[in-house]
Amino acid sequence: MEKLDGIQKRLIAEVADLHEVPMGAYNFRANSKLAGRQTTANIDIQSKENGTGIDIKIKPGTKKESVHIPVVLSESGLKETVYNDFYVGEDSDVVIVAGCGIDNCGSQDSEHDGIHRFFVGKGAHVKYVEKHYGSGDGNGKRILNPVTEVYLEEGSSMEMEMVQIKGVDSTERTTVAELKKDASLVIRERLMTHGEQTANSIIKATILEEGASADVVSRSVARDHSYQKFDACIIGNAPCHGHTECDSIIMDQGRILAVPSLEANDVDAELFHEAAIGKIAGEQLIKLMTLGLTEAEAEEQIINGFLK
Amino acid sequence: MLELKNVSFSVEDGGQLEIVRDVSLTIEKNKFVVITGPNGSGKSTLAKLIAGILTPTGGQIFFDGEDITGLSITERAKRGIGFAFQAPVRFKGLTVHDLLKIAAGQEISVSNACTYLSEVGLCAKDYIDREINASLSGGELKRIEIATVLARKTKLTVFDEPEAGIDLWSFQNLIRIFEDMRRDIKDSSILIISHQERILNIADEIVVLEAGQIRSVGTKDEVYPQVLGTEAGERMCFGQAARKEC
Repeated sequence: MEKLDGIQKRLIAEVADLHEVPMGAYNFRANSKLAGRQTTANIDIQSKENGTGIDIKIKPGTKKESVHIPVVLSESGLKETVYNDFYVGEDSDVVIVAGCGIDNCGSQDSEHDGIHRFFVGKGAHVKYVEKHYGSGDGNGKRILNPVTEVYLEEGSSMEMEMVQIKGVDSTERTTVAELKKDASLVIRERLMTHGEQTANSIIKATILEEGASADVVSRSVARDHSYQKFDACIIGNAPCHGHTECDSIIMDQGRILAVPSLEANDVDAELFHEAAIGKIAGEQLIKLMTLGLTEAEAEEQIINGFLK
Repeated sequence: MLELKNVSFSVEDGGQLEIVRDVSLTIEKNKFVVITGPNGSGKSTLAKLIAGILTPTGGQIFFDGEDITGLSITERAKRGIGFAFQAPVRFKGLTVHDLLKIAAGQEISVSNACTYLSEVGLCAKDYIDREINASLSGGELKRIEIATVLARKTKLTVFDEPEAGIDLWSFQNLIRIFEDMRRDIKDSSILIISHQERILNIADEIVVLEAGQIRSVGTKDEVYPQVLGTEAGERMCFGQAARKEC
């Protein structure tokens, strides 16, 4: 943390809620270089031999530990692709906080493509939090294209919270998951786009074995001239439960395409999807205005609540 | 406190359709006033005109001596007018605590928020963190709506048909809440749009509206004889015979 400058520290605070060096294991990456790393007795972090990323290995039975792996880019024109692999040992219970913040004050595009793979062992539980944030007033774009692959072994579970609220010009997010017997996957995605931003989120969860469940919920707001595409697919190849939901607010000239899809390949696969897109209801604004808020304040409260 | 002077409201519907016609009415401080009348008589429209949700097409509205006819909903709310909706609004993501905070206009502690919920007969710990979404029943929403209005501590509170859409059990509790409000009215006033006899029974003053106009104003004893046998009376729950239909 001491190696980071003011802008980088601000970005880290935005994407990882970190204001100082965290407890537990961490790996800070700033402008494509390692800026700090700590391992623990149970969590090891090693750079890949070819230098393309890191391997995070969590010992079986590790409980109540956390790993922070924030990335910040504060130089204009940087483009990088990073491969991070997480090996989560059996019966462990950990929190993993990733996230990327880009501050681009220059005229060249800055881009970070993080490819994360999670191999979650039997009976393990992972809570994964990923935040994306952009700032800076340059003409260069702030681009983030994360790819997340999740492989859940028998009885394991993963809760993913993915948030991108501000400042990212272009994002193409791909999340794929495979679930074995009795595994559980919960994805909560929150997204807000402004200006001319575009955001595509593609999620594909394949349930391979019986008793597994996947629940994918996206809440998003598209403002100004921004565009979003939400494409969530759950495939049930065994007796299982699957649910996708896309709930969106459009404002100004914002546009959203929601494409939830389900594929049942087993007669006992129970799959549901819901999708709703609309502007803020006039009666919601009126209600909050009768409580003393201005229309703009009411709008802000409604959106903040919706994306909370 | 509140004075309506020749207030009218009309809409374009092929021609001019007048929903509220030349209504003049004064609501004094410390009064519990019920506006009643048949469906379509303009009651809810009048309530919305007072809250600023609709703007009169004629006449003026004064609040504490100030002409508020041209003021927005927000400006009226800031001057001390509260409004409880007939059909409470749902909000995805906003919790009961969030809404009470907005209503109070400041951070309020969980225990303060709980006080308002207790007043409307809700067990606070079960509701404080609930989202105001479709998982709440009509009766629960109604009570939360009333709790938000209580949290505002307004000078004048307008309730638009509080009994609409709730079950009999919730209605009994609702009456109790209004009886408590009547008792603790202090320097404020309450204006309720209602058909219900039990709400009319606790009113200081009843205003009967029919076809957008005031038909009569007075105490229960003064108003009942005038409206019994009329269309307004039949549609309201006056008397045993009419009550069976309610």
